Amino acid sequence: MEAAFYIAGIVAIVSTVLTISRLNAVHALLYLIVSLLAVAVAFYAMGAPLVAALEVIVYAGAIMVLFVFVVMMLNLGKRAAIAEGQWMQGSIWVGPVLLSAVLIAEVVYLILRARLPEIAVGVIDPKQVGLALYGPYLIGVELASMLLLGALVGACHLGRPVHEKTEARYDRNSDGARAHSGGNLIRAGIGRTPDAP
Amino acid sequence: MRRNLIFILMSIEIMLNGTGVAFVAAGSRWGQPDGQIMFLFILAMAAAEVSVGLALVLRLYHLHNNLDADAANEMRG
Repeated sequence: MEAAFYIAGIVAIVSTVLTISRLNAVHALLYLIVSLLAVAVAFYAMGAPLVAALEVIVYAGAIMVLFVFVVMMLNLGKRAAIAEGQWMQGSIWVGPVLLSAVLIAEVVYLILRARLPEIAVGVIDPKQVGLALYGPYLIGVELASMLLLGALVGACHLGRPVHEKTEARYDRNSDGARAHSGGNLIRAGIGRTPDAP
Repeated sequence: MRRNLIFILMSIEIMLNGTGVAFVAAGSRWGQPDGQIMFLFILAMAAAEVSVGLALVLRLYHLHNNLDADAANEMRG
């Protein structure tokens, strides 16, 4: 189980590094999905089977599908990859990489110095998680539901089509537009559909 | 430096996922289910954030016809 954890962790780190260094958005998304699946395997090796299943279902299943839909909708092609390539070159990333390397070296030193605990102390089964979730954390569940409702309303509001073109098209068929263009047209019934009352 | 909004959102997902890994590992170390519960909350928050964020990205793309984060700078503080 420990070997599985370490192998999954290495796969996750490598695929995440490849994710943030790709220029094409679809390639990055594929590596990100691999990274999330590797993290799910690591969760299972750590003794958290419920969270491993949710990682696969929600993260790799739902959120990544949203990303893939949006990337396919925007139809980013070679132009975006060239633009990203122009932005990514340069020596801006050297400073953060050096500082992060110092931090990683520190973490590795601390881990190697300390006595290594066992990876999985015990499996925390979904029953325990559910009992705690709907017991002391009930208010958190309610807050999460309110957050999701707010996100639903916000996404619906932001995703509705409002362009000048569609507004003009709707406005042309409305009674207001017809009254604006002259009262005789209303009386003559021009612009109405035949089955309208 | 990356300025593509899709990559920014993906990096936010990576960071939230890393936080979740830390929570679950800590919960597994102490044998308590609290870490997994925190991961569930992070999961819900990430789903809400990414849905609103991608809707905003679509609107910005229709407005400016590119995904540069610097293009959305007319909201000056």
